[in-house]
Amino acid sequence: MSSIITKVKKKQIAQLIEKGERLDGREAFDYREIKIEQGVIEKAEGSARVLLGKTEVLAGIKIEFGEPFPDTPNEGVLTVNAELVPLASSTFEPGPPDENSIELARVVDRGIRESKVIDVEKLCIEPGKKVFVVFVDVHVLNHDGNLIDASALAAVASLSNAKMPNYDIEEGEVKIQPGYVPLPVKKHPITVTFAKINDKLIVDPWLEEEQVMDARISMAVDDDGNICAIQKGGSGYFAADQVFEAAKIAKEKVKELRKKLGW
Amino acid sequence: MSQKSEKLIDKKGIRLDGRKPDELRPIKLEVGVLPNADGSAYIEQGKNKILAAAFGPRELHPKHLALSDRMVLRCRYHMAPFSVQERKSPAPSRREVELSKVIREALEPSIFIEYYPRTGIDVFVEVLQADGSTRCASIVAAALALADAGIPMRDLVVACSAGKVDDVIVLDLMDAEDKLGLADVPVAFMPNLNSVTLLQMDGILTYEEFEKAVNLAIEGCKKIYTMQREALSAKYKINVKEVEE
Repeated sequence: MSSIITKVKKKQIAQLIEKGERLDGREAFDYREIKIEQGVIEKAEGSARVLLGKTEVLAGIKIEFGEPFPDTPNEGVLTVNAELVPLASSTFEPGPPDENSIELARVVDRGIRESKVIDVEKLCIEPGKKVFVVFVDVHVLNHDGNLIDASALAAVASLSNAKMPNYDIEEGEVKIQPGYVPLPVKKHPITVTFAKINDKLIVDPWLEEEQVMDARISMAVDDDGNICAIQKGGSGYFAADQVFEAAKIAKEKVKELRKKLGW
Repeated sequence: MSQKSEKLIDKKGIRLDGRKPDELRPIKLEVGVLPNADGSAYIEQGKNKILAAAFGPRELHPKHLALSDRMVLRCRYHMAPFSVQERKSPAPSRREVELSKVIREALEPSIFIEYYPRTGIDVFVEVLQADGSTRCASIVAAALALADAGIPMRDLVVACSAGKVDDVIVLDLMDAEDKLGLADVPVAFMPNLNSVTLLQMDGILTYEEFEKAVNLAIEGCKKIYTMQREALSAKYKINVKEVEE
């Protein structure tokens, strides 16, 4: 990003925000339109396509048999991966995951894991030996800002759409049976991301706002209104009070989004 | 985080290592420990043993990364294979990549990066032994290394964690509390500017608990800040003595 253009743009965006306006006509704490479509990939065990304005993210679930981690022998395994696919933005490059995609995956992972979206104990087949491994793969298809919220929505939506293989244990052997059972999804956390531009907070920054923001902070809120994951990003800072303000707004915003989404 | 968090705090409210909920572990700070680095620092916090070094401002390699209006801060957080119970592969893990990023973003707001265009600073953090809250201890040491290298800074960055263990909000989580506790909230802070430069959380907290944890972590930061300043001036006091002799 050319820094001179960024500075001019930042001035324009910041002046608007000062007046309580934004370039795309939203108010400070308005989300863009959210569209969720589940079951879009037939070969995946679960899938969801999320549109957050023009940001588009596709998440797919694959479920395999595997071994549990030695320290949690009674629990299935959940892994989240994120791909910033080069077709989604001119700034994404092919190659091994960079720090941005690793951070995105780990923030989405934290929201799902800490709020206990899936009951990992129900994924255990034989303690210490055989469990289900659930892979959540998030593919960013169009980058127009706020990938964290869109990816978190896609991950939860695809998990609640997922099915896992039916099985029986006959004479100590696992036998796959025809048909599927739904994945035990218990919670639906929602993540709210704030951008800080010249000391003002806005939610759901789109690309141009993200390019000029000083810092961002994402907060995942579970079904009971508890905070279950937080991540600050960007090279700026937040005033201590701003963090609390953001947490309060996030809680309210999640309530509102829950009603809209029917979660 | 696991749910099996019994017996981390006894009936009298004393933690496994004998601390009260709002007590820090013993901290030892040393500045200027590495002769080849432009600035360096060493921290011991509980069983954490962490070295940090700063190199720069210097020419950036590869050159195309250089920025015409500011310097580039790079940061690598790395754990030694012997720093934890089970050997850690020396290849960078996803966790280390993320921590390198958040530590860099925690330090960057403190530096006048616009003073040195077209240059770079590298900060290397090596965790020799890990005992919980290593990202916070790393930030404390890295900020001292930057100051020791003579980089103009708005303030020292100081960091401390708070969390929830057995339904109690506690300061400065050690390894067992980090693994078995209910929530972990690392915070980095610039006391003179009242600014939070790193904030993460995992676990489950109500809003009230979250506010309490962040405020407790900030109190912890302020205590460590005093130690940071003492450690910095201690190095130069020795130099003054040598000159006088």
